[in-house]
Amino acid sequence: MENKSIAAVLKKNAMLIVLVLVYLFFLILTKGGIFSPSSFTELINQNAYVYILGAGMLMCMLTGGNIDLSCGAFVCLLGAFGGVFMVVQGISTGLSILLLLLIGIGYGVILGFLIAYVHIPPWIATLAGYLAFRGLGTAILSSNSMTGSLSLATKPDFLGIFYGRILPTEKGVFNWPCFLFGLLAAAIVVLVVFMTRKNRLAKGYEADTVKAAAIKSGIGGAVIILVMTQLALDGGIPITLLWVAGIILIYSFITSKTTVGRHFYVVGGNMEAARLSGVNTRRIMFLAYLNMAVLTSIATFTVIARSQSAYADVGKNFEMDAISACVVGGVSASGGAGTVLGMVIGATLIGVINLGMSLISLDANYQRVVKGFVLLAAVVFDIVSKKRGK
Amino acid sequence: MAKILLEMKNITKTFPGVKALDNVNLQVEEGEIHALVGENGAGKSTLMNVLSGIYPYGTYEGDIIYNGQVCKFSNIKDSEKLGIVIIHQELALVPEMTIGENMYLGNERGHSFAINWNQTYAEADKYLKMVGLEESSKIQVKTIGTGKQQLVEIAKALAKKAKLLILDEPTSSLNEEDSRALLDLMLSFKKQGMTMIIISHKLNEVSYVADKITVIRDGSTIETIDNQGKEPVSEERIIKGMVGREITNRFPKRENVKIGPVRMEVDHWTVHHPLYPERKVVDDVSMYVRQGEVVGIYGLMGAGRTELAMSIFGQSYGVNFSGELKLDGKHIKLRKSEADAIKHKIAYVTEDRKGNGLVLSQSIKVNTSLANLGAISKNTVIDGDKEYAVAEEYRDKLKIKTPSVEQLVGNLSGGNQQKVLLAKWMFAEPDILLLDEPTRGIDVGAKYEIYCIINDLAAAGKCVVLISSELPEVLGMSDRIYIMNEAKIIGEMKASEATQENIMAAILRSGRGA
Repeated sequence: MENKSIAAVLKKNAMLIVLVLVYLFFLILTKGGIFSPSSFTELINQNAYVYILGAGMLMCMLTGGNIDLSCGAFVCLLGAFGGVFMVVQGISTGLSILLLLLIGIGYGVILGFLIAYVHIPPWIATLAGYLAFRGLGTAILSSNSMTGSLSLATKPDFLGIFYGRILPTEKGVFNWPCFLFGLLAAAIVVLVVFMTRKNRLAKGYEADTVKAAAIKSGIGGAVIILVMTQLALDGGIPITLLWVAGIILIYSFITSKTTVGRHFYVVGGNMEAARLSGVNTRRIMFLAYLNMAVLTSIATFTVIARSQSAYADVGKNFEMDAISACVVGGVSASGGAGTVLGMVIGATLIGVINLGMSLISLDANYQRVVKGFVLLAAVVFDIVSKKRGK
Repeated sequence: MAKILLEMKNITKTFPGVKALDNVNLQVEEGEIHALVGENGAGKSTLMNVLSGIYPYGTYEGDIIYNGQVCKFSNIKDSEKLGIVIIHQELALVPEMTIGENMYLGNERGHSFAINWNQTYAEADKYLKMVGLEESSKIQVKTIGTGKQQLVEIAKALAKKAKLLILDEPTSSLNEEDSRALLDLMLSFKKQGMTMIIISHKLNEVSYVADKITVIRDGSTIETIDNQGKEPVSEERIIKGMVGREITNRFPKRENVKIGPVRMEVDHWTVHHPLYPERKVVDDVSMYVRQGEVVGIYGLMGAGRTELAMSIFGQSYGVNFSGELKLDGKHIKLRKSEADAIKHKIAYVTEDRKGNGLVLSQSIKVNTSLANLGAISKNTVIDGDKEYAVAEEYRDKLKIKTPSVEQLVGNLSGGNQQKVLLAKWMFAEPDILLLDEPTRGIDVGAKYEIYCIINDLAAAGKCVVLISSELPEVLGMSDRIYIMNEAKIIGEMKASEATQENIMAAILRSGRGA
């Protein structure tokens, strides 16, 4: 019995275990380099857009395996607009952000309308944007700049919202606010796990055993404290982490606890059954793409803030990164199944592989080869391990 | 005594954890029609899959003796070579391809590199004639109806030089007329010496067509009933074998029948086809339901019953609506919205539970709460504990057999799925339930339980509209019966006055009048 439940736990967390193994693999290969404090900051900053776009892509995929091909190109276009607003026109940062968000919402409304109410297949509707936006963005950039890129280095207030560290300290100086924040977060995790358990027991439902709850919250808390300690050694909490963590928490809540989140799952599971149960299926499709466009806007801010410029190649292949994160994270390619946590694990796995490979300075071409095979292997592993379960 | 063509001896087939077949024996004589009956999950399909080599030799115990030889099939091609051809319940035709292409799919005419299309179509036409189809084999399968598609499947089997034809639920998607035609075709094949095995839930068809009936229950053969006497074997006799006890009453008694005032009424209700707006699918229908009443709507397939129910339920089917819907005497402003219908306490329980009723990839819990999520949530946040409690409550109430309400609906049997579908709509707390074929494709025991639920609903003061194409069901369950044909309501009878004969007579009369 004990063995069986361990096997079940392993199966349920298969991708998490793969992540741990891959991490250990690179830990040995980089002789501990991937565990350095700066690697943690790098991992978060480099992959922030994957988590943010991944949350949006997850919602699209839940509705029936639908994807958004245009998000990477839209990052480029929106970045170009941002550069023109802030640098060329000199519009204030606050107003610029507002305008860019409005453009994002405008695109989301049009896209959502075309997909939900005109019934254009999503991949075709977004293919148009994929083709058009990068061209438009590049054209805007090159007509406003000789080099084809606009530097945002002169906009510290914009950069401060989306990049950098909170209460930064010098390298090598331990950042206490960061560490204390980590302790607080870990305490909250432990508290939530045990409160849920207590609540369920009080109402007479099945709940984790004390041991299971302790293991769960122990591992979760330890990981948080570990990460935050490393970040504290590297100068403090990266601002992108707040954006990413906020979005992950919000979307975890939406997908697991709210009626609208539930509707995304049932629309993807059986659109007709959802409709005949009174679910406004068109509204859900509309929301999926509106939401995607809004998250793409936020992702744009973090990306152009990190590179401190808007340029033609920004956002290249972002759509594929977001889709990969979802697929590796166990989101069903036909819709109706998948979790935010899964996507986060998938995105982290891809991020760790990327970082690991660049740390051992693998040739960029071979990096792509490895990524391709890892993607395939992850999905094969996931499907095979689930089949065994049946 | 005729020669035994097929003998399956002591067949035992185990899946991990379950013994699907336990020492099953089956003897089929040459030139007879042999029926296999049993409840869902009794093992009929498993047995046929063993026979046709889908479960290869070695994965089961026992012997298959065909034409005096022990057979060791390793795949379906091996059994087809000997002329054992199985036609599955779900039609396996590619709609976009022509009839001829479909018939020779995987069995192409010509040599190994090129298909000889002239030969293909010529041979296909020959076999189509044998099954009584006039269509050319060059037309696409999607252009012909389900009944004819079933005949194409049979022609396809004949093209494989079938000697033993196995038909798995061949009439489950056919209307009464097409079913009868198919059964008669089987009888004419029998005269030409073909041997057939038919699996069916429709016992009247079994007793009409079969020479022998083998009953399977829980993976074992119970008995083989001879049906060559003068009088066909009664359905009750077969059911007794299937469920292991005498069912004295297939329909539970209604208790404390209290019929109240009229709750729902439709007047001059007309609906047009969504793709062909000039065609009326519901034509000037007027009807009403009283509180605590079970109203049956009987009609053949395609009579417009589903269209009527779905159009009442938030106009979820059709275009160009006209007519009036009244609830409790009050005119309801019509809106094209299912959510609106639910708000007005109308529920439509679909005939197609897998297609548009349930989310198979989700749990019982999620499906149960789906139509009334508002009741278990606060400010759009779902109360997970409450949801769990609700699902448990309905599981107990409807006797849904499952270890946990977290079980995926796709893993349940048909009868239990139907109960989950009912649970969903009962939890939505409707006053008016439109039940569309609530017992389709489920076994006798589960049917009885569903009937009890319907009676309980009526006793609780709900209005139940029971749509069915099974006459005994409509007669056995309803207080009042509407008869539908060709989009119109052509008759209304009290249950006490209705008989099979006068209902069928009404349908025939209206057909002639039109």
